[in-house]
Amino acid sequence: MRVMLVDDEPERRAATEAPLRLLGHEVVGFSTSTSDLAAAVKRHQPDVILVDVDVPGRDTLESLGQVTRDRPRPIVLFASHSEPETIRKALQAGVSSYVVDGMNPARLKPIIDVAIARFEEFQALRNELEETRSKLADRRDIEKAKGLLMKRRNLDENGAYELLRRMAMDRNLKLGDAARTLIAAAELL
Amino acid sequence: MALEKNDIKLGLVPLIDAAPLIVAKEKGFFEEQGLNVTLSVEASWASIRDKVAAGLLDAAHMLAPMPIAATAGIDGVGVPMMTALSLNLNGNAIAVSQSLYWRLQLDELTPISVGERLKRVLEADRAAGAPPRVFAHVFPFSPHHYELRYWLAGCDIDPDRDLQLVVIPPPQMVRALRDGSIDGFCVGAPWGAVAQAAGIGRVVLNKYQIWNNSPEKVLGVTRAWAEAHPQTHLALIAALIRAAQWLDQPANRSEAARLIVEGHYVEATPETVHESLAVGAPGKPENAGLVFHAGAATFPWVSHALWFVGQMRRWNQLPPGIDGDALARASYRPDLYRAAAAQFGMPCPAVDLKSEGQHTGIHTLSPDHTIELGADRFFDGAGYSPS
Repeated sequence: MRVMLVDDEPERRAATEAPLRLLGHEVVGFSTSTSDLAAAVKRHQPDVILVDVDVPGRDTLESLGQVTRDRPRPIVLFASHSEPETIRKALQAGVSSYVVDGMNPARLKPIIDVAIARFEEFQALRNELEETRSKLADRRDIEKAKGLLMKRRNLDENGAYELLRRMAMDRNLKLGDAARTLIAAAELL
Repeated sequence: MALEKNDIKLGLVPLIDAAPLIVAKEKGFFEEQGLNVTLSVEASWASIRDKVAAGLLDAAHMLAPMPIAATAGIDGVGVPMMTALSLNLNGNAIAVSQSLYWRLQLDELTPISVGERLKRVLEADRAAGAPPRVFAHVFPFSPHHYELRYWLAGCDIDPDRDLQLVVIPPPQMVRALRDGSIDGFCVGAPWGAVAQAAGIGRVVLNKYQIWNNSPEKVLGVTRAWAEAHPQTHLALIAALIRAAQWLDQPANRSEAARLIVEGHYVEATPETVHESLAVGAPGKPENAGLVFHAGAATFPWVSHALWFVGQMRRWNQLPPGIDGDALARASYRPDLYRAAAAQFGMPCPAVDLKSEGQHTGIHTLSPDHTIELGADRFFDGAGYSPS
């Protein structure tokens, strides 16, 4: 996992990077007072962003998801001076995962695990969405290919569909791909 | 009536328009209301939102659209919030880098002519294959974001295609402009003036020129907090109205600047803080700078909320099927404002809605005509009539 660590205190950042590396993560550290966060996120494409609750750069990080309309990457917040009660309240209120200062590996691991799980959930959802989208595209292209065959070969709808299916089977293509091949060929002629 | 709570923690972001909170604290207006207030300077709007949502702050200085976004559940947290007090009108500036300023070749600083020149430069850039220019604002749900888009779109510039819009925290705007990671920004005082004073950027427009006397910051609380602390909420509003009144006395502006500087609330040079608060005709609704009280500046107009809801729709931030009117009325609460103002007999608007865009100067409000309002024109001459 690529973890981006955003903390303005260099010492704490260094102390946090070590346990993250021990857990096998690839870590890039940033300070919001010196780096262009938007560019950094774009460049490193982190899977999780770990950010100090009190850095001003949080507004930049949050907007990245909203501006690009991408599903936001999991953002894990950590707080330097928070009591457990604070964190409980924050979580109840819907604020993303909260970690207290200290960052000992034992505590960090479950949090990162949760972030991974959440990230994978997002990915699954996103894939599902893309699948639905491509199914829709398939249906549209199959309709178009069928129309072409009906016109060119003077077939009825069932006949055109059968022909398309046979072409797909012969060439070992998915039906949608066969339809797109046919449309592309027709456009060339 | 007894307050439910006396010890109050208020959040603010280091900006000049947090002045009412600072003045109410430093000049004893909170104390007058029986409130013992601690001010907490927060680093980001996300932090303000989270801490108010989690109850770590009782109330806070918020961007006017934030309670609406929270109530609509589109702010990432979804804890319903509301405001019953506007903290100021005007105050933002649009600035560009020195290099873009020279390319614009401006002969007048009006939204239309700056927009025309900017469009021409963007077109030339695109023809030359240059990457899109980057402009920054401060938060996805901010007046800055919407006024920037309103202005660009009104000048036939597509804010999503012709430019790249990014979010940068106010205190970092000047650095980003200097580094060249952005070409321009829209930000609250004093940061535009700071960029100009440092020779890094040029202020080309201000918020007033885009929409005269338009809403900017509010006092935000969660709906749950307001329901649990009704008297405390009214006391907070009353104290802040007094502070706003005090701030709009011309003689008090320089003392206010001193309070901000000496309390280390905003880390900017004393000159820029003074400059941001010093205005040609302080206390008059025709003032193009920060207005805190004049022209019913503290009143939470439901029509302002409706305008923001409209912008959220226009820029695809709001899911379809949301009742915009109910959303605006749940987030903006003039009824509570009136209850607070009644405590010291201050006249306030009898209506919740007003039209915008039709007045070029001071006018009074029907039906009683006792309250003077300032100009409310949009730069493109459009009218806005909420219904």
